[in-house]
Amino acid sequence: MTFEKILFGNLTLQAIPYHNPIIMGAGGMMGLIALWIAGAITYYKKWGYLWKEWITSIDHKKIGIMYLILAGVMLLRGFSDAIMMRSQQAIAVGSHSGYLPPEHFDQIFTAHGVIMIFFVAMPLMFGLLNMAVPLQIGARDVAFPYLNSLSLWLTFVGAMLVNLSLVVGEFAKTGWLAYPPLSGIAYSPGVGVDYFIWALQISGVGSLLSGINFMVTILKMRCPGMTLMKMPIFTWTALCSMILVALAFPIFTATLAMLFLDRFMGMHFFTAGHGGNAMMYINLIWAWGHPEVYILILPAFGIFSEVVATFSKKKLFGYTSMVYATISITFLSFVVWLHHFFTMGAGADVNAFFGIATMIIAIPTGVKIFNWLFTMYRGRITFSASMLWTIGFISTFAIGGMTGVLMSLPPVDFQLHNSVFLVAHFHNVIIGGVVFGYFAGVTYWFPKLFGFRLDEKWGKRSFWFWLVGFYVAFMPLYALGLMGMTRRLDHYTAGLGWHPLLIVAAVGAAIIGVGILCQLMMVYVSVKNRHAYRDVTGDAWENGRTLEWSIPSPAPFYNFAVTPSVHSLDAFWEMKEEKAVNPNIELQSHYDDIHMPHSTATGFIIAVFSGILGFGLIWHIFWMMGLGLVGIFATVMARTFNANTDYYLKSDEIVRIENERVRSFTSSPLSSLEKEELVLT
Amino acid sequence: MIKFRSIFLLICTFLLAGCHYTILDPKGVIAATEKKLLIESILLMLVVVVPVIVMSIIIPWRYRASNTKATYTPNWSHSTIMEIIWWTIPCIIIAILSVMTWIYTHRLDPYRPLAADKDTVMVEAIAMDWKWLFIYPEQHIATVNLLELPVNKPVRLFITSDAPMNSLEIPQLAGQIYAMTGMQTKLNLMATATGDYMGLSTNFSGDGFSGMNFPVKVVSQKNYDGWLQAVKQSPHHLTLQAYNQLTKPSENNSVQYFSSTQSELFSQAVIKYMGPMPGMVLGYQSVLRDQQHTS
Repeated sequence: MTFEKILFGNLTLQAIPYHNPIIMGAGGMMGLIALWIAGAITYYKKWGYLWKEWITSIDHKKIGIMYLILAGVMLLRGFSDAIMMRSQQAIAVGSHSGYLPPEHFDQIFTAHGVIMIFFVAMPLMFGLLNMAVPLQIGARDVAFPYLNSLSLWLTFVGAMLVNLSLVVGEFAKTGWLAYPPLSGIAYSPGVGVDYFIWALQISGVGSLLSGINFMVTILKMRCPGMTLMKMPIFTWTALCSMILVALAFPIFTATLAMLFLDRFMGMHFFTAGHGGNAMMYINLIWAWGHPEVYILILPAFGIFSEVVATFSKKKLFGYTSMVYATISITFLSFVVWLHHFFTMGAGADVNAFFGIATMIIAIPTGVKIFNWLFTMYRGRITFSASMLWTIGFISTFAIGGMTGVLMSLPPVDFQLHNSVFLVAHFHNVIIGGVVFGYFAGVTYWFPKLFGFRLDEKWGKRSFWFWLVGFYVAFMPLYALGLMGMTRRLDHYTAGLGWHPLLIVAAVGAAIIGVGILCQLMMVYVSVKNRHAYRDVTGDAWENGRTLEWSIPSPAPFYNFAVTPSVHSLDAFWEMKEEKAVNPNIELQSHYDDIHMPHSTATGFIIAVFSGILGFGLIWHIFWMMGLGLVGIFATVMARTFNANTDYYLKSDEIVRIENERVRSFTSSPLSSLEKEELVLT
Repeated sequence: MIKFRSIFLLICTFLLAGCHYTILDPKGVIAATEKKLLIESILLMLVVVVPVIVMSIIIPWRYRASNTKATYTPNWSHSTIMEIIWWTIPCIIIAILSVMTWIYTHRLDPYRPLAADKDTVMVEAIAMDWKWLFIYPEQHIATVNLLELPVNKPVRLFITSDAPMNSLEIPQLAGQIYAMTGMQTKLNLMATATGDYMGLSTNFSGDGFSGMNFPVKVVSQKNYDGWLQAVKQSPHHLTLQAYNQLTKPSENNSVQYFSSTQSELFSQAVIKYMGPMPGMVLGYQSVLRDQQHTS
């Protein structure tokens, strides 16, 4: 073994694609932006602040914000991939081969899927859970705050590995689920699949830890009086989603581990040959993959339920129905995975069973839709941006649900499977359901974390561009699917009549792009006008129903100065109806000490070592693997023997903080607060 | 108004010109039933989807905050009768769909023979990097990237892959089934009209995937027999060496004919991955064995 081999493993200078101007341009751009940010932080001397207040923070609200930032950045990356695919397909007809060679195009659609699911949707979901769940249940943090920070940084490291693959080596060319034998070492000898495995393995562990964390949080940390059936509906959907995470992600981890063993150690779990069975991989990956889509959509359903009640100024219709519908979807999502491969030839009995199980999910989902409609019925509806996302969702999702049930009929699926009809379907439910839901949620809870509302005008503009863009981009794909166009084509023959529709789809993607620009504009305008958009009451939308609106905005780091006690489902609404004193807004003469965790860098350090381990495994650099493993072990040990992990926030300190909060609002129209303060001082 | 309409018509012509909705224009018995099922189930679901979409627009408009004349019942959140109604409606629709699913999944099972073996045209299809090899085992001939079939005659395809997984589909004749490495699947179909149809792989299999389509020519029995004779004239022979040469990756392959084939190539293509299994007979060999058993 040569010295270079020991030092760099399989990594050579050839790994950097100098010859590809698109990749080098994108990489250079990313490098420049990173340098610019680093420069700005240095110039404003903010490294210490960044480290102390953010990187080592284990406050769920800050972790939530960091998840949102990660998701936002990765959305731009995933969307660039989408634009490249759409433009390639809009020009690569007949003798034109487009501007992307197959080996590049293949990486792009793989990266698009991986990034959008794992590094946009998942961080958005965990971000929203972090933002809202502890506040909704009257808790001061999650059950395991340090684990929460570890989860965030593991996800972050996974995302960084995907981005690194752009300039160092390559990404997988296999499609987002990397089916073997194509992803096996025989057909994918490069490092692309290894980047795929380790980016997802590392972030997957983060997701699993988060799942357990929130499950325990919701089950064990609800405030006094909040029985399960008095829990806000978003928390219910979060609980069900986290149960799915805890049950499904171990399958994912084990499956990727076996794929890795096949590739790295020549084993034969999924290879073609020596008794390996690739179909086992496809079963296992979908045994995780199908619950995964429900992991994403359930919290979105919860958000819609919260938003629709708040902006209709009306109690959520059929809460009990909603809860049982959520629970039955949770259960059913585990018994339908085979519908992703009816075409494997499992036989009519098996296919019919899974087809019917799949369409049964439409029943509880349909019930939810009716409940949302009847929450609005006889309400007083304000068309805020979050409400627009919700209304846009209902009709869009109805179409997506219909095409989903259509494909759950195995004979119909034989025709539509792997076609762009399928692509249109899952974008229909993921954009129309998950993405709309998360955007509604971010708009809805943003003031609670930042203390000011997002600009409604730009928010609404972004909604309209996203909605129109979605229909223009994906309705043609439904049509193309019926014309027999299959997915993942880097070029196609002329004369099939596909070309005009693919141009329309590309235009649709561009319209969505305008929607994203509007969102960037929304953030910019909102930050600029943050004083004007300030939420002084804590009840940012005036009709808040649940506990998170009973505390000031931005929420203090201990969330609740006084632990609330609830008697009904819409605890805060009830408090307002009864004109009861809100101890978290009105100053109290006495506060109990609050038990709080110390900030810690442990999660960040473990994640960095995981990244080193992952990089070593990808390039077969054995010293890096060793360094990563030893580093992780040593950090965990150091944490285990650290007794100083928490402290008590003293009563005096809380009084001081609460007084300061009230004082900062003296210019606000809250006269009762002012009076209160005068009395106390 | 007229201007708007003409623009609308212009857009429609632009979008529909030359469009060919293959799945809605079946030319085979299986595809025709699949299309029928597709249309019927969509219509059935529209019974509930259309009212939902209409309600999702009308309700928010009617109960907008500025419309103070509309009834406002802030605490009305439960109605047993209404909830029973909308648990029941989807249940009924799904129950009907389930029955349809059960019946049609069995009727359209790709493994279900459409006629007795002796009346069926047998073809063995092997997916390769990145082309399709079709072996006509009864005639001992083979083609690359061309499937020629007689009209109104049941056809049985035995399918495997000597490359990553693919999926064989001829949208106008029948839905797809996977072509899997080390495994065999079957697809029964019958064309009811002569013509040229598109055949393709739908499951991504690597760099050359986009070029993995093949024409399917459905011709009269007379023309089919003539075509078989024409292939017989080809100077190329599908020996084991030629086969191994063919498995090497190549993209956008043109049509090739082989006038003879080494026997049992299909079985070997499967068994080379799985290892020999006693008693396992694959492809056309299994048909021959069944014939021996019955005679």
